[in-house]
Amino acid sequence: MPLVEVRRLTKHFARGGGLFAAKTIVHAVDDVSFDIEEGETFGLVGESGSGKSTTGRCMIRLIEPTSGAVRFRGDDVLAFDRARLRTARREMQMIFQDPYSSLNPRMRVADIVEEPLIIHRIGSRQERSDQVAELLRLVGLDPSHASRYPNEFSGGQRQRIGLARALALRPSFIIADEPVSALDVSIQAQVVNLLLDLQEQLKLTYLFIAHDLRLVRHICSRTAVMYLGKIVETGRTDSLFANPQHPYTRALLSAIPATNPGAPRQRMDLDPALVNREAPLREVGAGHFAAI
Amino acid sequence: MADSLLKVENLTTVFDAAGQRVVAVDDVSFEIGKGETLGLVGESGSGKSVTAFSIINLVPPPGRVTSGRALFQGRDLLALPEQDIRKVRGASIGMVFQEPAAALNPVMRVGAQIAETLTVHGLATRREARARAIELLRAVRIADPELRIDDYPQQLSGGMQQRVMIAIALACRPPLIIADEPTTALDVTVQAQILDLLRALTREFDVSLLLITHDLGVIAEIADRMAVMYAGRIVEEGPVREVFARPLHPYTQGLLNSIPGDAPGARLQAIAGVVPSLANLPPGCTFAPRCPHRMAVCTSAVPAIVEIEVGRTVRCYLRSNEAEAPRHARPAIETTHAVG
Repeated sequence: MPLVEVRRLTKHFARGGGLFAAKTIVHAVDDVSFDIEEGETFGLVGESGSGKSTTGRCMIRLIEPTSGAVRFRGDDVLAFDRARLRTARREMQMIFQDPYSSLNPRMRVADIVEEPLIIHRIGSRQERSDQVAELLRLVGLDPSHASRYPNEFSGGQRQRIGLARALALRPSFIIADEPVSALDVSIQAQVVNLLLDLQEQLKLTYLFIAHDLRLVRHICSRTAVMYLGKIVETGRTDSLFANPQHPYTRALLSAIPATNPGAPRQRMDLDPALVNREAPLREVGAGHFAAI
Repeated sequence: MADSLLKVENLTTVFDAAGQRVVAVDDVSFEIGKGETLGLVGESGSGKSVTAFSIINLVPPPGRVTSGRALFQGRDLLALPEQDIRKVRGASIGMVFQEPAAALNPVMRVGAQIAETLTVHGLATRREARARAIELLRAVRIADPELRIDDYPQQLSGGMQQRVMIAIALACRPPLIIADEPTTALDVTVQAQILDLLRALTREFDVSLLLITHDLGVIAEIADRMAVMYAGRIVEEGPVREVFARPLHPYTQGLLNSIPGDAPGARLQAIAGVVPSLANLPPGCTFAPRCPHRMAVCTSAVPAIVEIEVGRTVRCYLRSNEAEAPRHARPAIETTHAVG
């Protein structure tokens, strides 16, 4: 059984609607289905407005989806009541893009990392304090810095603090929404390596939401490409990058900046007329599906 | 190099804050030839944007240029009074910034914003300016320019807004455009289109480009030469292909190695440590604390720039003895090469 199953997930937002304007419905996430296997890194890629972040947020109900199902170890997350959802969130955690706005600037690092343990009433004060030190060591921070505030840390260190907090409840599944895109180039690789190390050490499963296709190719075993709220192509990452079938995937891959200057470019612009919005996903190779 | 258009020499820009002097740009020198694109690449705090802003006197206070020259069309831009540099900005040096939505006036039609650039610099009457604005929108590949000219910025996508910014930058036919992270806020496919457009326009308009970016991919796409900045100093410079093929400075090597490559699942080759704070720079080479090849000499004094080949420089003790000659001897060396 897959660890996470997403079935026909849909989120509509109502937009506008005034004296004269009719309300329009935005299909932010439109009939999205995929599975994530235990221990793998599943990539969700797309550009702004593709619905990739909304999908991630719907999965742990930071946003309530309009319809569909999200099953975690077989249980329907969308049917959980508050108490059950709270327990479920011990296992499903999220880390965010911006390490500057996602940490409370008035809390000390120790308190930021300890807070989930307090909320879930885990351990005595001393046990929690030991755990905080252990978590900080785990993400490569010096536990003696625990009494400092977030603004005393660099962007990469703040992302480590966010990760320590996310790991406090010993989750098995982490949704990482653009976890390195706000970081300096020389720091991105450090945080990616940390994510890889932690995955191995703690047997984590990741949903990796990103727009950096080079990074996705590097760390994701399988990838889904989202375009205007729908998954237009999905499959093993190597197969998808080697043999993209959907016109949007082709345009996206051809737009990856070169790292070999002077090499001939074969840019493919997307002709929206080529995209059949109603086409269902069909198998185009082993485990490789495209909406064409 | 082709004829020099802009020659920056020993530029130093400091910020005095709370009784402390922060050197944001430290003894930076570079040259841009006519029609050439120079990529200035660095991370946050490297001084790449402050370098560009220093040239056009747009460094926000308390920042100020303390030394150096920026020779452009026979004049030192750093010595010009504000009223004169104002005429240079927009007219002789176009500017494109990261956030087009923030740089454009939200309550003014885009055509009027392009036209204003021309009328302010006395290059067209209002009627001529409108016709020129339509031409410029066509030049930046905006479809139906006669209709789009009356749009407000928020009616356009981010990519279209950046095209309008480029049209404004080109309006007065400047010989130089400074573009500061022009594609960073854009989606991948839109970024690719804007880079293609910039590359085409530098040829069509015979304009030089000073491109500021943190993204080596952007450099590889459109720059002819590149200069790598770290903690306020240029640490390496050269033709893009040569720097990518044979990076000389350990920082450049680290940056290129950390790009996710063809070994899925493998650990990335990260650069250890963190970018130093400009307010608290290490002595000597500022990269030394993170450098895998650190030697005792590295923390003793700032390494000098050495020229490995003509137009190929590096600021690193590892290469000090490879220099063909001290930098001041460069003209003689070039002559020798020409003869040999």
